[in-house]
Amino acid sequence: MKFAVLVFPGSNCDVDCYKAVEQVLGEPVDYVWHTATDLSAYDCILVPGGFSYGDYLRCGAISRFAPVMNEVAKAAEEGKFVLGICNGFQILTEAGLLPGALRRNMSMKFACRDTVLKVENNDTPFTRDYAAGEEIVIPIAHGEGNYYCDEETLEELRANNQIAFRYKSNPNGSVEDIAGITNKAGNVLGMMPHPERAVNEILGTTDGKKMFTSIINAWREQHDAANVR
Amino acid sequence: MKAKVYVTIKQSVLDPQGVAVQGALHSLGFEEVESLRVGKYMELELGDVSQEAAGERVKEMCEKLLANTVVEDYRYELEG
Repeated sequence: MKFAVLVFPGSNCDVDCYKAVEQVLGEPVDYVWHTATDLSAYDCILVPGGFSYGDYLRCGAISRFAPVMNEVAKAAEEGKFVLGICNGFQILTEAGLLPGALRRNMSMKFACRDTVLKVENNDTPFTRDYAAGEEIVIPIAHGEGNYYCDEETLEELRANNQIAFRYKSNPNGSVEDIAGITNKAGNVLGMMPHPERAVNEILGTTDGKKMFTSIINAWREQHDAANVR
Repeated sequence: MKAKVYVTIKQSVLDPQGVAVQGALHSLGFEEVESLRVGKYMELELGDVSQEAAGERVKEMCEKLLANTVVEDYRYELEG
């Protein structure tokens, strides 16, 4: 299975994502520059955190028009796995690949600490190795992670089981304590917390590891099923 | 032609920045401030185009990039 870690000017969690794939899975992973126009070699696209384009205008507003984003939309359409973390989540909402938007934190402060998340849906390619309702410790680091969507969208998210993670204690004012959501098909996930920073005991928590193992297990299942046919 | 674009957080969406600034005004004694919303103001120089064409283009710019219509409203004025 081959992973791509996108790199925009101002990305700063790209190395963490790359190392997480390398260390947890030992699978091939490449950095892919935002100007790339072909992602066909990759099975999973990671859109990392940071401050792409300096967060000018709005977080993710300019990155969404980077050439590589057309390819991300194509990959999502084809059912490939797309995981947006923090700024990556903001970019995916700006690009319309996920519903809603991320507003300034209610406290107006940059929040940088461990949070407890509840796995709301473990029936996704990103969360299948967690137990339903499992509580995991994953750090956050954001100033604009306050998830918003209108009532109608929220109803849809609930009905389609698109809410993947909720905060146990809401750190930013997010609607319904939402920390991460998927698209309707379930192959695109965006979240504000950083699972790639939670894969090593020395960093305080390894609860993010199962996100990466989930992805490869989901891919293997798809892949083997295809071979059998 | 010149366009002035104003982008604000929608009335239905909480504007934490506006709430903080309002609180600061209250603490300075400006208690009459009943609500405050912080927005963005942009000036665009558009060259030699008609009012109608400029309006169409600026609207498209707002929808595509300048505002995120999930959480923001926009309006614009044309001059020249």
